[in-house]
Amino acid sequence: MNSISLGLAEAWRLLITFDADLFEITALSLRVTLSATLVATLIGLPLGAWLAINRFRMRRVVIALLNALMGLPPVVVGLLVYVVFSRSGPLGVLGLLYTPTVMVIAQAIIITPIVTSIAHQAIRDLWADYHDLLISLNATRWQRIQALIWDGRRALMTAALAGFGRAIGEVGAVMIVGGNIDHATRILTTAIALETGKGEFGMALALGFILIGLAIAVNLAVHILSRTETGSRW
Amino acid sequence: MKLKSLAFVATAVLALTINLAAARAEDLKMAVTTSFANSGLAEVLLPKIKEDTGLNVQLLVVGTGQALALGAAGDVDAVLVHARAAEEKWLAEGNGTHRREIMYNDFIIVGPSADPAGAAKAEKATGALTAIAKAKAPFVSRGDDSGTHKMEQRLWKAAGIDPQGDWYRAVGQGMGAALNTAAGMNAYILADRASWLNFGNKADLKLVFEGDPVLFNQYAYLPVNPEKYPSVNADGAQRLEEWLVSDTAKQLINDYKIAGQTLFVFNAKAE
Amino acid sequence: MVTPILPLTLRDVELRRGGRRILGPLSLTVSGAGITVLMGPNGSGKTSLLRVMHGLERITRGTVDWQGGAQDVRARQAFVFQTPILMRRKVADCIAYPLHLDGVPRKAARARAAEMAAAVGLADALDKPSAVLSGGEKQKLALARALIRTPEVLFLDEPCANLDGRSTREIESILTRARDAGTRIVMSTHDLGQARRLADEVWFLYGGLLVETAASAAFFAAPRTAQAAAYLKGDLLP
Repeated sequence: MNSISLGLAEAWRLLITFDADLFEITALSLRVTLSATLVATLIGLPLGAWLAINRFRMRRVVIALLNALMGLPPVVVGLLVYVVFSRSGPLGVLGLLYTPTVMVIAQAIIITPIVTSIAHQAIRDLWADYHDLLISLNATRWQRIQALIWDGRRALMTAALAGFGRAIGEVGAVMIVGGNIDHATRILTTAIALETGKGEFGMALALGFILIGLAIAVNLAVHILSRTETGSRW
Repeated sequence: MKLKSLAFVATAVLALTINLAAARAEDLKMAVTTSFANSGLAEVLLPKIKEDTGLNVQLLVVGTGQALALGAAGDVDAVLVHARAAEEKWLAEGNGTHRREIMYNDFIIVGPSADPAGAAKAEKATGALTAIAKAKAPFVSRGDDSGTHKMEQRLWKAAGIDPQGDWYRAVGQGMGAALNTAAGMNAYILADRASWLNFGNKADLKLVFEGDPVLFNQYAYLPVNPEKYPSVNADGAQRLEEWLVSDTAKQLINDYKIAGQTLFVFNAKAE
Repeated sequence: MVTPILPLTLRDVELRRGGRRILGPLSLTVSGAGITVLMGPNGSGKTSLLRVMHGLERITRGTVDWQGGAQDVRARQAFVFQTPILMRRKVADCIAYPLHLDGVPRKAARARAAEMAAAVGLADALDKPSAVLSGGEKQKLALARALIRTPEVLFLDEPCANLDGRSTREIESILTRARDAGTRIVMSTHDLGQARRLADEVWFLYGGLLVETAASAAFFAAPRTAQAAAYLKGDLLP
């Protein structure tokens, strides 16, 4: 009996029976990761643009720091966020531990450096192109950032999708801060870890296939909505 | 823009917080060990608890060490674990109000079906481990400071063996992951009966040793100290304890079977 | 009535890069009307001078003063680069972009952009992405964008380099119309014929220095300096 075919069959069964638990954890996965991606994008895009067009003394240090943070293990982020939001921690009074909110915060921390870094690279290249023109047209600093973000939107979308991709598959941090509580904070990745721990490889693989399908669906949806492939070469 | 987005995020977070705080008034968070969660008993108990007490018990499934740490940090309302020495130390540090024994299950030794070390022939658990160590047969240890790991260490000590060498593999993971490793290596492992019976990936492993009283595994319920953390749902923890020692609980626990085998024995004493 | 930004006065301007002198020292004034053409061999400083006047370079020494003062003078000038810098947008949006920066409502800006596109012969290309345009069309787009704010001064850096005869003729006619409408034009070119056709005044640069300034007719009839004479004859200057 092959675990992969077992997993595929199980995934198919869960899908066609429209399994309520599956629907719940998939919806929560999507909600948490889309929120985290939104937060990371709102911080990362302007920050990346700002780093690309400004020259200041600590710029190289900040960029090096960002690149280093990209490799931060999610477990470490999870632990840090846990320590901060634990009842015994500085923000414990908020009572956010073991809620989807704190999972969003942890994922946002994990992916903001990635989004910022990719955005920075994309904007830096575009800024090299646009620099003389925007100066010549007397665009204000904010107008320059707007133009770069708008015209670089496809590359920036890639940045956001890279962040989404890392967050949707992340398990170490959300396990610690979310707690994998059934019907409250269980998402696809933590459920996969749980099923693997139980030795239920078929179910774990089924959830894995659904996770992959979800990631593909989100990427396709974004590309279709933005018509990346049918439009011009930008 | 950055200010605006920060304000937006802050607002969103705040909105979510209020939302969740309102929706979770009757929730009770309990840290439990993987062995308890893997037994499947929770799926039987939790719906009944909700029905009888109105408490929505949310389980945080972690190792014993982490479960006690979460209680000490005030992040859960109660813990249900099985490591007596650690529990008493935890209570002495003022982290909880008291310790209430609820039930016990037992540990077993699982190993290759061929049993190359001959552990099955041993009289005592220590004898089985000695046979494994002598044969230098592969042995997987949780190595994660969990209740199961602590039990294993006690047994090695009692057998007078300091397990070391290529054959002894400490994986530092939960029961399920450790069982997966043992299945992959075709190795011996100390496991709780519930996790073993519910384990789906048995491969060539089978139960090789059981029944020695030293392998009994006492579960205790420990409410977190509300004087240390006023945010703790002490009232809920009290109601849950009353339910856990009730006749309803007794019947559900004693009747719970996997593959025809009883897993837990209820032994709570009325106060 | 707003104060005109001209005259533009450069005093003792010098531009150095990494210790090397690129331009100057030189002093000059741009005033009045018409087209000034900068001539001179490669590396003589034509592009640098245009960029210094427009404020794209940080000069090492000297002063660049517009009568209009420091405020907003750059928005009242325009610059056409040798290689057009096109935004990754539709032609109409590219042309309308300067108006967008000024806060002109989208609809009005688009209408004005359509007029400008028609004036430079890009009426059919409004909805195309700028990247698919031919070389000549790209330069016309850059011109339409430069002219949409009706700048008081227009700088052009070899606007017809690498363009065929037909595109060159179209661009020259756009430039003479702009001049006739009152825009002061300062441009560089390598094309002697173009200089003869367009220039009211010629500045000849050599080795970063302004060697000769003259009315167009006088310059082409009888250049006063040996370098200019040799350049006009087609000799290779050292």
